[in-house]
Amino acid sequence: MSAISREDLVHLAQLAHIEMSDAELDKMTGELDAIVGAIASVSEVASSDIPATSHPIPLTNVLREDVVGQTLSIDDVLLNAPDSDSDRFKVPAILDGE
Amino acid sequence: MSNYTDELVDFDEALDRYDPVLGFEVHVELNTKTKMFSDAPNAFGDAPNTNVTPVDLGLPGVLPVVNKTAVEYSILIGLALNCQIAEKCGFARKNYFYPDTPKNFQTSQYDDPIAHDGWLDIELEDGEVFRVEIERAHMEEDAGKLTHMGGAAGRIQGADYSLVDYNRAGVPLVEIVTKPIVGAGKRAPELARAYVAAIREIVKNLGVSDAKMERGNVRCDANVSLMPKDAEKFGTRTETKNVNSLRAVEHAVRFEIERHAAVLDSGNKIVQETRHWHEDTRSTTSGRPKSDADDYRYFPEPDLVPIVTTAEWVEELRSRLPEPPADRRKRLKAEWGYADKEFRDVVNAGVLDEIEATIAAGTSAAVARKWWMGEIARLAKAAEKEIADLGVTPQTIVELNSLIEAKKINDKIARQVLEFVLAGEGSPAEIVEKRSLAVVNDDDALGKAVDDAIAAMPDVVEKIKGGKMQAIGALMGPVMKATRGQADAGRVREIVMEKLGL
Repeated sequence: MSAISREDLVHLAQLAHIEMSDAELDKMTGELDAIVGAIASVSEVASSDIPATSHPIPLTNVLREDVVGQTLSIDDVLLNAPDSDSDRFKVPAILDGE
Repeated sequence: MSNYTDELVDFDEALDRYDPVLGFEVHVELNTKTKMFSDAPNAFGDAPNTNVTPVDLGLPGVLPVVNKTAVEYSILIGLALNCQIAEKCGFARKNYFYPDTPKNFQTSQYDDPIAHDGWLDIELEDGEVFRVEIERAHMEEDAGKLTHMGGAAGRIQGADYSLVDYNRAGVPLVEIVTKPIVGAGKRAPELARAYVAAIREIVKNLGVSDAKMERGNVRCDANVSLMPKDAEKFGTRTETKNVNSLRAVEHAVRFEIERHAAVLDSGNKIVQETRHWHEDTRSTTSGRPKSDADDYRYFPEPDLVPIVTTAEWVEELRSRLPEPPADRRKRLKAEWGYADKEFRDVVNAGVLDEIEATIAAGTSAAVARKWWMGEIARLAKAAEKEIADLGVTPQTIVELNSLIEAKKINDKIARQVLEFVLAGEGSPAEIVEKRSLAVVNDDDALGKAVDDAIAAMPDVVEKIKGGKMQAIGALMGPVMKATRGQADAGRVREIVMEKLGL
């Protein structure tokens, strides 16, 4: 049985705001399924006494003192903004866009 | 968007048939100097987009670094809420698309919050105590501020466009989540208010948040569901957002109970959704349907390594905990000997600190209360300010009181002196001196004034001698006039009696 169905992929594409054609969906369903299957093989070698881990390097508590540093100039902040107004990012109407 | 006017059921009737179940998510903005993951200033009210670094904008290649103080403040909150502190915890990405975050995810914690399984005892006004179980308190970051332009009154509905200020994006937040609260019954709205008030008080007392609800430092989402009496399964809940004052929390819970009851009475189902609170109409409107948790596609934040808390670190932080506000109130009430209502009034007026400082500076508990709840409260009301914001210092009260006790001034003049102090004329003693307000109790001066009055009013003197003691009042007028109202009335009476040989 496939780990990833076409419906799963449609759902994921919606969540990720990625527009996909039917052909792309067909192709990616198979590819993603193969990837998930390949990763699943890890569980064949990992026994239950090995904790799930998200960071391969045994590093913890990388912390910073609470001291103010350099901020960007307003010009730099807005440099990549498609549009701006009154030193703020201007974005299209939120509700109409959905 | 539903535009129908909601049917409501009378609150008491609703509670006859249903039991409410509550749940709260309270977001607390920490008052660290910098943000959660960047060294941009964490400051309120600055010019838009001036407290922004590449990390806050989610620019490619940036690396967030956790603020140590924010972690410590989060642990302090967890400890104050009687929580277990996780020995190891991590951050996760909560993915969503909305312009309030430029990264398209919020860095939060998912299945390993820094604090979990705590409780808080909430005392209502009449002394009834409810224990609220805390499920978790986790670290995350605030989002940017959107301002909706065009359309009506800054609302998102009908807006033409929105403007985004990322100063607030990345400000450290602790989200405190309760377990379902059952059994509050008709006291649910009161409990809701008291719970949020308690959280606000605790974080303020810890010094980890400015705790100003009007600035959004403490924000509450209120979950409400109803289940028929004797049912075992919880009903479907709604989550009311944007309830950002204590009064609004109470009203929102009451409104949702009345609304849910009407929906259930009519045989319909409650839709699981977010509701928006509207202070102007004191009602909620439908927001968006609640999405399933996994729609956020949480996954471990690859750029942040886990936080490990040692027992030494946690105990060091525990030793920094101040006396819990509820314990402090109990102690002060006993020390001061105030009656229940007197003490409650003092708490509601927000002058515990002031009275404590005034007593410490040298007055009795009764005198401190008389001033703060009497004349100072009156002046604050007239100035439309909070009592604590009026600027009266404990030292002023101590000085006024010793002037009264030394019989230099009477209560009436003391109240005038206080007004002059607030007008910036100096200390009470200086003002009494400068304005010549000292009560005249110099017996020579008073004796002369009494002699004059006796001579001028022989008929009154006859009445007094005939036993009509209240006639002494008639002599008081000319004496007060002669001393410009500063005579000590008690002493004048004594002198009159002496002079008339009574």
